[in-house]
Amino acid sequence: MHIVVCIKQVPDSAQIRIHPVTNTIMRQGVPAIINPYDLFSLEEALRIKDATGARVTVLTMGPPMAEAALRKALSFGADSAVLLTDRKFAGSDTLATSYALTSAIRKLEEEEPVSIVFCGKQTVDGDTAQVGPGICTRMGLQQLTYITKIEDVDLKTNQITVQRRSEGGVQVLKTSMPCMITMLEGTNTIRFGTMDDMFRAARTPLKVWNKDYCVDDENKVGLKGSPTVVSKVFVPKPRAERAKFIEVDGGDPVALAAAAVDTVFTVQPKLAADLLGAAAAGH
Amino acid sequence: MSQPSKPQGRRFQLPEHLKVYQGVWVIIEQERGQVHSVSWELVGEARKLADKLGVEVGAVVLGAEGPDLNRICGESFGYGADVVYKVTHPCLKDYRTEPYSKVMTEVVNTYKPEIVLLGATTLGRDLAGAIATTLTTGLTADCTELDIYAENRSLAATRPTFGGTLLCTIQTLAYRPQMATVRPRVMAMPDRDDARVGRVIEVTPTLVEDEIVTKVLNFIPDSAQNEAQLAFADVIVSAGKGLGKPENMKLVWDLAKVLGAEVGASRPLVQAGWVGNDRQVGQTGKTVRPKLYIAAGISGAIQHRVGMEKSDLILAINTDPNATIFDFAHYGIVGDALKILPALTEAFSKKLAVNRMAS
Ligand SMILES: Cc1cc2nc3c(=O)[nH]c(=O)nc-3n(C[C@H](O)[C@H](O)[C@H](O)COP(=O)(O)OP(=O)(O)OC[C@H]3O[C@@H](n4cnc5c(N)ncnc54)[C@H](O)[C@@H]3O)c2cc1C
Ligand SMILES: Nc1ncnc2c1ncn2[C@@H]1O[C@H](COP(=O)(O)O)[C@@H](O)[C@H]1O
Repeated sequence: MHIVVCIKQVPDSAQIRIHPVTNTIMRQGVPAIINPYDLFSLEEALRIKDATGARVTVLTMGPPMAEAALRKALSFGADSAVLLTDRKFAGSDTLATSYALTSAIRKLEEEEPVSIVFCGKQTVDGDTAQVGPGICTRMGLQQLTYITKIEDVDLKTNQITVQRRSEGGVQVLKTSMPCMITMLEGTNTIRFGTMDDMFRAARTPLKVWNKDYCVDDENKVGLKGSPTVVSKVFVPKPRAERAKFIEVDGGDPVALAAAAVDTVFTVQPKLAADLLGAAAAGH
Repeated sequence: MSQPSKPQGRRFQLPEHLKVYQGVWVIIEQERGQVHSVSWELVGEARKLADKLGVEVGAVVLGAEGPDLNRICGESFGYGADVVYKVTHPCLKDYRTEPYSKVMTEVVNTYKPEIVLLGATTLGRDLAGAIATTLTTGLTADCTELDIYAENRSLAATRPTFGGTLLCTIQTLAYRPQMATVRPRVMAMPDRDDARVGRVIEVTPTLVEDEIVTKVLNFIPDSAQNEAQLAFADVIVSAGKGLGKPENMKLVWDLAKVLGAEVGASRPLVQAGWVGNDRQVGQTGKTVRPKLYIAAGISGAIQHRVGMEKSDLILAINTDPNATIFDFAHYGIVGDALKILPALTEAFSKKLAVNRMAS
């Protein structure tokens, strides 16, 4: 069995700062990491590999420096890696990205059919959760998003049983492979690779593919292939006024609290009735 | 992503044949007869957009025929829809990507709406990602603001990016429909007018159960008691790292009890396991808009702020007079939350006792 895991290299959003004057993102010095949501999917793929002997390929589309993300994934235990890189891919939105990634997966399928494509739930930079369903729809796979648990992978019948988070509960779904899975965050913890994996990761040659190698229609990638247009980027406008401070002489907590309660009920006269209702409802 | 694009070229002009697309649609998310409230919030928002465009609001209700579905169609009119597309088939009983996306693709291609809105929920994001691909159009995820640009009648969908540090406005100019998913609780809930009526268009798709690969074996409901109903709470008392240690959470729970409130928290408390992750407020947690939000020992980081700044009244307690939270709270108390919280509990319970006697 062959499994493909799509990973994306993203800037560590915890360390992103906005330039105070130009309002642009300051990327310099911000470390690049594997999109954290992708690691839950990678770990799940490696668990299926442990159980079934499946082969795991990691795939990313990005600039040449995305090689680091692929090597990291290899060190966790992935078997091979594909870097899809071409300046013509720049500016791709989710529709164009899913087209390019689908083209690469089809290329991989010339060697061996793919049973499961894993994607992350979403990225922390794009944050759309659209690329997975996009690939899935293009390839005609069964779509399994927000998966909390893979209950069973049956190679004999080619069936897979999973639990899927939905509003108000969990759906238990059974379907056939090939399928596309996105794992919900927190469902597992990425392993430490073995020493062997780390050495192998450094040595393994990457497959580096460009547009001409795998894409049929170049009008479907990059800016040309992207229906969405970013018309404005801006910093959230700060609220005009700062908080009014509730103050009392000496700063006694009891007096402060009484003043606060008075203020709350003065500016929100209807709140008292609502609160009585809620308290009576037995919360 | 960082530079606004210059409006020229074929990505920016709507081709002639797509100008027939008209109307603003909301896909009503119903599961087991329950409508997700974001759908009604979106019908309210669609009403505003449609009025600006001078077109109709369409609500798409999908499911298996039955009294629940008829009730939901009626409610759709009540919240502001002009037309309901009632799409019924036994195969649509439970949500599954394959039949839902097949049917929605057909319905959109037949009736040609210019805008299609869904909730940014597990159902909405699953379905939207699939049909934006089959329809080959643009989709903007997880929006917090929608508007119409008058000059070209197009949807301007605004969403946070890079962890809420920036907002960006995204448009789909040369493709139709324009699609967006919207975060729950960001748009206001419209009033329902049960006297409103409209047209029902019945759609009976051709679906064959044997041809649908994915089967729903079971549904395990969350035990209602354990899940915090944060998104719908009228009052929330929220705690941050300023509380110091887990034992001090009792002060927060005590105040919440007196107010009939839910308890919320910043992310570090959830990560430290002081409260369950269903109580996290913010970008990676819940968006809330209560009538009163009390923030105790929370610094007001942008990722927290985006989840609660739409609250009607924000009261912040912080020892640091320069804490960011005071930049957007309505009222502030500079002081030690460990002392102010019990005093507030006392003051609120006295005040409410007086009101109770008076009523
Ligand atoms: C990608 C990403 C997503 C995130 N998502 C979220 C999210 O969804 N929700 C979220 O909340 N955070 C989120 N965060 C984290 C966020 O950036 C902040 O780190 C977090 O909100 C800070 O929590 P805090 O205010 O409780 O703690 P701190 O920032 O440590 O603030 C503690 C505050 O308590 C005050 N204080 C100290 N002692 C007292 C006292 N005795 N009485 C009163 N005040 C006192 C201090 O002055 C300080 O202002 C996210 C971060 C990232 C990178
Ligand atoms: N450039 C990319 N290369 C590889 N995988 C990607 C890329 N962009 C998105 N993905 C995959 O699609 C998922 C969802 O991304 P997004 O739609 O951007 O939120 C990610 O978690 C990845 O698994």
